[in-house]
Amino acid sequence: MPRTIYIMWLRELKKFSRSRSRIVGALGQPILFLLALGYGLGSVFQAAGQGSYIQFLVPGVVGMAIIFTSIFNGMQIIWDRQFGFLKETLVAPVSRVAIMLGRTLGGATVATVQGCIVFALTLALGFHPYSWVLIVPAILIMFLMASLFSAFGLTVATFVSDMQGFQLVMNFLVMPMFFLSGALFPLANIPLLLRILATVDPLSYGVDGMRALLIDTPHFGIAADVTILLAITTLLLAIGSFVFSRLQV
Amino acid sequence: MPNIIEVKDLKKSFGRFEAVKGISFSVAQGTTFGFLGPNGAGKSTTVKMLTTLLRPTSGTILIDGHDPATEPDAVRHAFGIVFQDPSLDEDLTAWENMELHGVLYGVPRGTRRARIDELLAFVELDDRRNNYVREFSGGMKRRLEIARGLLHHPKIIFLDEPTLGLDPQTRNHMWEYLGRLNEREGITVFFTTHYMDEADRNADTIAIIDHGAIIASGTGEDLKRQTRKESLEDAFLELTGCDIREEGASGLEHLRMMRRACGR
Repeated sequence: MPRTIYIMWLRELKKFSRSRSRIVGALGQPILFLLALGYGLGSVFQAAGQGSYIQFLVPGVVGMAIIFTSIFNGMQIIWDRQFGFLKETLVAPVSRVAIMLGRTLGGATVATVQGCIVFALTLALGFHPYSWVLIVPAILIMFLMASLFSAFGLTVATFVSDMQGFQLVMNFLVMPMFFLSGALFPLANIPLLLRILATVDPLSYGVDGMRALLIDTPHFGIAADVTILLAITTLLLAIGSFVFSRLQV
Repeated sequence: MPNIIEVKDLKKSFGRFEAVKGISFSVAQGTTFGFLGPNGAGKSTTVKMLTTLLRPTSGTILIDGHDPATEPDAVRHAFGIVFQDPSLDEDLTAWENMELHGVLYGVPRGTRRARIDELLAFVELDDRRNNYVREFSGGMKRRLEIARGLLHHPKIIFLDEPTLGLDPQTRNHMWEYLGRLNEREGITVFFTTHYMDEADRNADTIAIIDHGAIIASGTGEDLKRQTRKESLEDAFLELTGCDIREEGASGLEHLRMMRRACGR
């Protein structure tokens, strides 16, 4: 079991480190959001008495890098299905749960690295966390979030058999999860419907956890964030393991 | 000789469509078995059931004495497989694909490394070990898949249309490897093909499946004698008819895709 998890984890890392274009490509979007929205809406945000928008936005765009990288990575199983490699793992005499866990951890590691690169760039662009020590637990939050969305991507991808399905998931699940999460706006004083949607969106808790640790402006509170992230990750791993063990090709 | 593969009344339905309608056959240990049939006859579905990828609707299968439904891992240890479509990770090197397989099958490190060297030399890919698989030609990928399928020393190797799209040289080479393996290790070879001369030349016994049922079996000579034909190709056409079949495999694939989309 640990062997299987390790080799599947290693595979994700190798594939990631070999696709430079993907690493660079995945940096573009969060940085664009940070610069365009950060500077574009910065004065409005400040005038509304909310302080620096760039500071507020950094945990949001790191969360963005993480959700996109980890779901994209989880959904690579669609490619594996099309290119046949999935069958190689499905006929192997190992538990499907181990394969699922290895892939999830691999995807989570990759997404965390990506999140850290984006975070380092924001530091270079002038972001200053309120405590340098708290960056360490913030990275743990990133990893937790990345595990959650990797497991989510894998689980969803077992029901999707082609690229069209992938686009569908991206447009109708991932984009709404990003935009409704409070990554771009404060969750206080928003309309009820939006608040409900943000509350059931797991990304909200990841972004909020990072905000609590990096700029000390939590909405739900770090304890609630961690508890909810852990609970959803566990649940998704369980569901993912189940559907993965039932998978036939 | 004991039977290493034993199949009884095997059935598989997709919705209302019966892909395999209660077939029975057996393969003796150490022999080469050719499983023939037109497109959509149920070949791939049967291979998938034998190799734990698909659950049968009913019937029993014993692979090396184990039932794929109840002891999948014992069955998985017993066979190696070369799928109809490539199943390598193209972003990894030849060696890394082998290593990953070895780890998944629990081959201890020392043995694993030695066998990888030996097998890569065997399929004449040792000088390309550190190349990415995406740079390989179709024939090279096939050879690598055969090497990979043998890495855990299986008792049976399944080959689903292994020579599809290969030139005669590569095809010949491949059968030479398999023949040597069969002699040296006593490995049982189970293959499907559309090339009748290939089946006639290499298979000890042949079974022909059509519309989900086995319609003839025996040696190549038996089948020719039965149909009073000169070649296995003619015998095959006599048995299965001359109508061109619809691509049943893709139709089936389509059906399963719809089922999946409906979340069942």
